[in-house]
Amino acid sequence: MTDSAERRTHLPQASDRLDDLALARRAGMPHWAVTTISLVVMLAAWEFFGRDINPVFGSYPSAIAVAFWELTTSGLLGRALLQSLQPFAAGFALAIAVGVPLGLVIGRFRAVEAAIGIYVTAGYAMPLVALVPLLMLWLGLGFAVKAAVVMLMSVFPICINTWVGVGAVPKSLIDVGKSFVASDRTILRRIVLPATLPYIMAGIRLAVGRAVVAMIIAEFFTAISGLGAIIINSANNFDTARMFVPVVVLMVLATLLTALIGAIERRVAPWQAEIAGRDRD
Amino acid sequence: MGEVSLIDITKRFAVRDGREAQLVRALEQVSFTVANGEVVALIGPSGCGKTTLLRIAMGLESATAGRVLVDGREVTGCGYDRGMVFQQAELLPWLTALENVMFGLEMKGVRGAALDEAATRALALVGLKDAGNRRPYQLSGGMQQRVGIARALAIDPKVLLMDEPFGALDAQTREGLQAELLDLHARTGKTILFVTHDLDEAVLLADRVVVMREGRVRDIMDVPLQRPRVDPAAIRGSSAFAATRYRVWRAVHDLPELVH
Repeated sequence: MTDSAERRTHLPQASDRLDDLALARRAGMPHWAVTTISLVVMLAAWEFFGRDINPVFGSYPSAIAVAFWELTTSGLLGRALLQSLQPFAAGFALAIAVGVPLGLVIGRFRAVEAAIGIYVTAGYAMPLVALVPLLMLWLGLGFAVKAAVVMLMSVFPICINTWVGVGAVPKSLIDVGKSFVASDRTILRRIVLPATLPYIMAGIRLAVGRAVVAMIIAEFFTAISGLGAIIINSANNFDTARMFVPVVVLMVLATLLTALIGAIERRVAPWQAEIAGRDRD
Repeated sequence: MGEVSLIDITKRFAVRDGREAQLVRALEQVSFTVANGEVVALIGPSGCGKTTLLRIAMGLESATAGRVLVDGREVTGCGYDRGMVFQQAELLPWLTALENVMFGLEMKGVRGAALDEAATRALALVGLKDAGNRRPYQLSGGMQQRVGIARALAIDPKVLLMDEPFGALDAQTREGLQAELLDLHARTGKTILFVTHDLDEAVLLADRVVVMREGRVRDIMDVPLQRPRVDPAAIRGSSAFAATRYRVWRAVHDLPELVH
């Protein structure tokens, strides 16, 4: 910190060109390049060591790629993905629609916090897998139960993060609303909600991973379908490479979704990046 | 009109000190009146209750006892007859400068063309006509506070309440804004009650200075400087300024008044 500050203020000298080079070197590689190299190294190592393993016990990238190609050209993967994404999207949307308002209200009103905060905290730790049979009794084996499992798994991180976010809204901003005689409702909508947005987005990001897990759990335990079905069927046939395809697809999907949410966050809360700029090595 | 009367304002609250609850007497029977169009400064050491008093006058806090009257009508909460300027501007970071000014107007129920017009006019009043589309983080501290003042003025309150409005700014910016506030007061004639810990600011801006100590009014001092005060530099150099500043300084430090 101090030496770069000096660098900016000191008088021009012959050594400046060297300094510039040093600065450029320190700025380092772009973020994406580091990530790409990391991926390449990881995949290469997996390929190298994976080939020595019995194909029932493990697999490696090129075998998975072949299986991916087969599953894609046969149309199976596409259909399964579509089948999985429908309850996923419905359950996730419902989790946002319920979790955000609930978190706002719990965070804003002490009485609500005292009354239902405890269920949210406990619900976060709920062993959902154990409850799936019960949910099946209520909702059957189809779309509804899958959406419900996704929703139940992802609503809590969203709700809790929103709740915590409300607590972090500066009291002085609430005072601004009050000083203009804004109602509780208006303060919640016009001040608390936008001020909490970065927390809400972080909660949604955390929820993505849980929602993906929930989707597969639902497909395992209810009517076997979608990507979960490919996993189960491949595992039963000891076709490990094929089993890895949906797993990798899901991981890529979750990563893309997280990046998308990050991009949305920068759009809807651009001030956050300015105020809380990250300055790290 | 815009006369503010504080009548026997008392504020006590309990603070937990270890195991025992301790009663804090933040304000004890504070009474004074700010006349219509007058500028009054509240000054005193930190913890003397001046900000609490201002918040009670605004309606953001309630008094344990006593009454606040604006033009004879008792205040029971926040209202559009008073506009608050906060210490750190407290702009909403997701809104542009113009939208921030509009916020108060919208709360008041102003809509459509009138909303645009009033907000633009208020921004122009503080010299920020061209910065309306910028967001708070793109404005300097001084500009942010000007938007804060514009937001309070936009709803056309009778009284402007300001909580150390320039306390967070650097000395030069502060002096610029003090001059602007003098000008603003000359043009709008608003009643202004402001909290400060800056003696120069109190004397330069106010018609009277209320010196508080330990939750009570220790002294109320007239500032014998003419209005309009168009030349702050000359005022700062005047003997009346220096003498008043010294009198207020003695009061703030709880020293007896000098008798000539």
